[in-house]
Amino acid sequence: MLRVEAQTRLGALDLDVELTAGRGKCLALAGPSGAGKSSILRVIAGLLRPQAGRVECAGKVWLDTQTGVNVPPEERRCGYVFQDYALFPHLSAWRNVAYPLHHLPRGERRPRALGLLERFGVAELADARPGTLSGGERQRVALARALALEPSALLLDEPLSALDTRTRANAARELGALLRESGVPALLVTHDFTEAALLGDEVGVIDQGRVVQQGTAAELAASPASSFVADFTGAVVLTGHAAPAADGLTRIELDGGGAVTSTDTARGPVAVSVFPWEISLEPAGRADFASSARNHIRAEVLSLTPVGNRVRVGLAAPQPLTAEITAAAQHALELRPGTRVTATWKAAATRLIAI
Amino acid sequence: MRSSRWFGALMIAALALTLVFLALPVLAIFLHTSPGQLISSLGDGSSTDALRLSIECSLAAVAIIIVVGTPAAYLLATRSFRGRSLVVTVIELPLVLPPAVAGIGLLASLGPNGILGDFVKSTGLQLVFATAGVIVALTFVSAPFYLRQAQAAFGALDPSWLDASRTLGASEARTWLQVAIPTARQGLAAGLALALGRALGEFGATLMFAGSFRGVTQTTPLAIYQDFSTDFTGALALSAVLVAVSAAILLGVKLLSGPALFAGASS
Repeated sequence: MLRVEAQTRLGALDLDVELTAGRGKCLALAGPSGAGKSSILRVIAGLLRPQAGRVECAGKVWLDTQTGVNVPPEERRCGYVFQDYALFPHLSAWRNVAYPLHHLPRGERRPRALGLLERFGVAELADARPGTLSGGERQRVALARALALEPSALLLDEPLSALDTRTRANAARELGALLRESGVPALLVTHDFTEAALLGDEVGVIDQGRVVQQGTAAELAASPASSFVADFTGAVVLTGHAAPAADGLTRIELDGGGAVTSTDTARGPVAVSVFPWEISLEPAGRADFASSARNHIRAEVLSLTPVGNRVRVGLAAPQPLTAEITAAAQHALELRPGTRVTATWKAAATRLIAI
Repeated sequence: MRSSRWFGALMIAALALTLVFLALPVLAIFLHTSPGQLISSLGDGSSTDALRLSIECSLAAVAIIIVVGTPAAYLLATRSFRGRSLVVTVIELPLVLPPAVAGIGLLASLGPNGILGDFVKSTGLQLVFATAGVIVALTFVSAPFYLRQAQAAFGALDPSWLDASRTLGASEARTWLQVAIPTARQGLAAGLALALGRALGEFGATLMFAGSFRGVTQTTPLAIYQDFSTDFTGALALSAVLVAVSAAILLGVKLLSGPALFAGASS
């Protein structure tokens, strides 16, 4: 169990957070850069002392500004995987992993380090310098090094950001499995909500030094507490002006043109959120809208980005839209940048948040 | 196309002129001395005394600079505090000080009638007209060369290496010895080479503070100066040896600072 409370001022940022991560659970903090995510990790590791706060891990108090307790970083046994992995450039991979094994007799360090590298599938790189390793290999060495410490908590700062997009999905899956099996509370920070959803048992969305919402990724996506969270979780957010319509529905005149219908009730300026996977695409110009979906927006395909087994389609419309479809659908519709389509979704899939 | 060719030619000409101007005096020293003269001048006792003294005093000065200067430079590079830029400026001042002024300054502070003269006397240390004085003068003029380079080298370190070391269970001291110094070693070695070169060539401050007594305070540059009016060939030969020794030391430091030096640092 890792419990953190911290209040401190960092330049223009006012950090004020309270977090708990359970044993063997991974809490992913997601937020834009500059939200204070890394600072929270630094407070836990003892690299940053907050003006007021308390850090407790596995029953030990690491920091308590009220009683004056402040355990130095080297005595906290807190595995920290830095954003660029921070491998020591002058030491080979195995010596990096052996660095925290200082307490062991010399002869036992190399076998132990090799065992850890083996576990991450990079034993053959034991004698390589970090400068010659790929991003994925560096990540594995950094994880092995952090775990060599037998940490009581694991902190990961943007663990996947240094990887290229091809290896990222794979690395994410492996990292997720590893975090669950390690049995220590983990705290991960990322600017990418999808990554947080993938790796965290729970996700905390952090903005301007505060945790604005915490829950499972599905909870956050289904009922965002604010338009910031809705936007951050990947839902498409449009703005407009809501007014009651027939049958108890709400009609929203979108800023920039067009109108949509929602089953939510609202009046006045609203954020309209719809999940990319609720939006279906049809070839433009099809006149027969004998569809149960009430919302139709004409758009032009801007970009096609594969995400796992799906494709995210960026759409140019009066307000930008994102649809998420299967690769098969992409091929059937012959979508490519420039293709004209109609984006369609149901009134019931249209969430309204007053702004 | 034509103008870029013209500009390229200008740059090549500038480099050629620079090279000739800087290399010619060094070459001339060797062209003027035959190997025979070189060997016979080394047979002369005063020359070998001067060379030995130069090397011993320079190494002693550089040792002091490394031991005291490395932690000082690290502090300056990694901490920010009030008056830091003033401290940096004071440390760099000897770089622009004329050697004669440095000598006067040393006399006024550590000389028999200097501010700390009585204190120096009470420790029983003889500085003026003594070998220890040579070491003090060399340390004074060459320390800033090392400090500047070391400060830049420590300042360029990735702070996350130092943070990582702490979270991996290493104290501040172990972090400094096993991460900061090995990763900054190339910059430190460059500073070391510069300081050593400056110490070997030191003339003015040594002459004014320690004097020029054969075997005691007469370093090679002082011996060359004393010889050149009476025995130009001897002065040339001694110069050639000093150039060779300096070049060898520079080359040695550069070779040693390669990745091989600290490869086994943490085992």
